[in-house]
Amino acid sequence: MSDNPDFTPNEMMTIAASRALRNDDVCFVGIGAPSAACNVARLTHAPDITLIYESGTIGTAPDVLPLSIGDGELCETAVTTVAVPEMFRYWLQGGRISIGFLGAAQLDKFGNINTTVIGDYFHPKTRLPGGGGAPEIATSSKEIYITMAQTRRGMVEKIDFFTSFGHGEGGDHRKRLGIDTAGPTLLITDLAIWKPDPVTKEFTVVSLHPGVTRQQVQETCGWMVKFAEALDETPAPSELELTTLRDLQARTKAAHEGSGKAKAA
Amino acid sequence: MVKFLPLKQAVAENLNNGDSVAFEGFTHLIPTAAAHEAIRQGFRDLTLIRMTPDLIYDQMIGMGMAKKIIFSYVGNPGVGLLRRARDAIENGFPRSIEIEEHSHAGMANAYEAGAAGLPCAVFRGYRGAGLATVNPNIKSVTCPFTGEVLAAVPSIRPDVTFIHAQKADRKGNVLVEGIVGIQKEAVLAASRAVVTVEEVVDTFDDLHPNLTVLPRWTIAAISVVPGGSHPSYAHGYYARDNAAYLEWDEIAADRDKFQEWMQANVIEKSADDFAARVEHLRKAA
Repeated sequence: MSDNPDFTPNEMMTIAASRALRNDDVCFVGIGAPSAACNVARLTHAPDITLIYESGTIGTAPDVLPLSIGDGELCETAVTTVAVPEMFRYWLQGGRISIGFLGAAQLDKFGNINTTVIGDYFHPKTRLPGGGGAPEIATSSKEIYITMAQTRRGMVEKIDFFTSFGHGEGGDHRKRLGIDTAGPTLLITDLAIWKPDPVTKEFTVVSLHPGVTRQQVQETCGWMVKFAEALDETPAPSELELTTLRDLQARTKAAHEGSGKAKAA
Repeated sequence: MVKFLPLKQAVAENLNNGDSVAFEGFTHLIPTAAAHEAIRQGFRDLTLIRMTPDLIYDQMIGMGMAKKIIFSYVGNPGVGLLRRARDAIENGFPRSIEIEEHSHAGMANAYEAGAAGLPCAVFRGYRGAGLATVNPNIKSVTCPFTGEVLAAVPSIRPDVTFIHAQKADRKGNVLVEGIVGIQKEAVLAASRAVVTVEEVVDTFDDLHPNLTVLPRWTIAAISVVPGGSHPSYAHGYYARDNAAYLEWDEIAADRDKFQEWMQANVIEKSADDFAARVEHLRKAA
């Protein structure tokens, strides 16, 4: 994908996503790609970021990426751990979360996400795990960041199910439903950085990752892509960013594959 | 008043065919041993409630024990899909099951409402979410003070809740710590609660005063099952067996392989087998 052999598109995605987070953010972390990005941010430019996982761990600082949202290390390294109802009532619904960071199985151009079913809900072709915390993360967090690798299957004109609401049909659809938070404000893929158009709310490419062409972005996206007039190039990963990410992933791999069996050996 | 019982007896005395039952544990402290005992005793037509139905629900669904599941995330956390649950939902195998799907916020609020003795939970949720259009139990109410339209779901009040916890004292009070999840609410929302614990200690006199302790009179039965949460974990006792979660994906992918695994690892085993499964996951004290 990239002409630069020094990093992969997925590494670029995670690092670009990590850069979007600020030191004073309170971030509700989705599992998978968001979790890697959030922890790279914490280990580089945002050491004081508050990372919250839906298991109730607030201000966690894991040494390896958790396999689940409730791995023990999240609790051991957290500032505090609260019960799940408190997590969703006081901290999320109470308006304490600045960024909800989500992944997606299916995404449309208005940032609506489907992780529930492929096909009809009652007669699904593929039953996916479902929303978990996402429906309320999407509406109660002040802003939503989304990260996913681009594929035509994943980025579609019309999603099969509205697991979590982005900008709906675009424009002021959120407001019309009584949702007063900003919704999706950033999409980071393995090829580009996207932001919603201020009026239509359609995701628009604002920055291409190094070596990526407009054609590549369009070929891996199921809707007609809009590009900003002034298109930036995403700065390539720094050595610190790359080393931090790779070390984190190596520690994670060793910890998960080995399980306790390796520790006992 | 709480009774200390062997797990086999605790399950037999508290679970019935047709019950609504929650085997709760939010990634941590999943009551695997209790679920396996329920599988061995072959209960039918259960309504299985759980925020995050994972391996044990995949197993019970695959064994044909569930007529309905109420849930908010039907996945293998961090791994992917639950293949026995999928087979039931997509193909009606080994039987068709009814599903009632919520968000985590919806379930958490519903358990809390159940514990609080309320008929329903009210919260700011499901706005623009597809679940509100496919689940008739998601409704709305208007705040009588502000006019804000809020989501309402029925409270969850299981016939019986099973949880795993770290320890009980000799009187039968139970301590839960670490990721406490929904353990307390699930117990207090239920008509009956059965708790498996890692160990029994003399007293809780030396504990911090604000820890999550379920008084003995909130619990019907306690069974001592060391390792009873495996492949989940018990904070302070043993780590999560992440490799087992990854392996489950392959076992559950095939109907025959699943049956063989269940026969060898559940049907022909007992609660006493759990301790050995966590030996290599125990942390140095």
